[in-house]
Amino acid sequence: MWRIGTVVDLRDETATARTITLQVPDWPGHLAGQHVDVRLTAADGYSAARSYSIASAPNTEGRVEITVEGLPNGEVSPYLTQQVASGDRLELRGPLGGWFVWRTEQTEPIQLIAGGSGIVPLMAMIRSRAASGSSAPFRLLYSVREPGAVFYRDELRKRSENEHSPTLTYAYTRITPKDWPRPPGRIGASLVAEAAWPSQLVPTCYVCGPTPFVESAAGFLSACGNGQDKIRTERFGPTGGRK
Amino acid sequence: MSAQMNYLDGNAAAGELSKIFAIDVTSAEGQCAHCGAKKRFAEARLYMQCPGVVARCCACEHVLLRMVNVRQRVFLDMRGMTYVNLDAA
Repeated sequence: MWRIGTVVDLRDETATARTITLQVPDWPGHLAGQHVDVRLTAADGYSAARSYSIASAPNTEGRVEITVEGLPNGEVSPYLTQQVASGDRLELRGPLGGWFVWRTEQTEPIQLIAGGSGIVPLMAMIRSRAASGSSAPFRLLYSVREPGAVFYRDELRKRSENEHSPTLTYAYTRITPKDWPRPPGRIGASLVAEAAWPSQLVPTCYVCGPTPFVESAAGFLSACGNGQDKIRTERFGPTGGRK
Repeated sequence: MSAQMNYLDGNAAAGELSKIFAIDVTSAEGQCAHCGAKKRFAEARLYMQCPGVVARCCACEHVLLRMVNVRQRVFLDMRGMTYVNLDAA
């Protein structure tokens, strides 16, 4: 079932990514970590749909935020990051997926690992934690190309300082800030062992990013002693999947 | 990107499956008819590069589900799963 959402706010997160806030009158509510499918239809009837994670915390106001990374040859994302305007109406289906979710009743330690725009559903979990007054301890390991590619930078810093959760660890893969202690590179077993909750605390782990990233991050968590049943993953790919 | 890295998670089929099922199938537990593994459908390996959607068991890679859209019709093959245990709450 496709619903109509009206664009009520647009915010640039980076040079290529943008957050779109939609007001959806008949929105049934969502859980942190869920996604929506967004469908665009051309004048000739051709339509294309893509999945986007919801960035906003669950709310009762029918407000849904998605953050979209513009892909150079994308069918849908260039429109969403460059052309869509306030007042435009978009078709969306959802909320979707009941497995990669964090519920406010969960009290165990939470380990979040994001690769690039994989931060989006994890941000919904961080926001949901704050909005619900939960005291579940969160840690976030955020792998990103360079400082300019970080989504929600100021909000993450403030939440980390004021609420002490999530504890933040950035891993830069191409360019680091000046005087950064670690050289740029992909996340490895030692960084995961150092930044993530010890497996003895039995954290629930949520990993989101491109497929190869998720594959290696989930492998490192597993090698640290986290059970398969405690590691939930959400992969996205170049076409058809999450952007 | 290697062929082995072209898959997503069963999660990503939630929208397509919502066209058919009233209950979220991705969070349901299913049993692989080939190896007997009991997993959430969200944990399956999902291939979407084809004309439809193919989900494979994350333990043995046997095909669990195939779904193809042709015009206004949907072809659904779920014989790769012995059962699906849905939360009807």
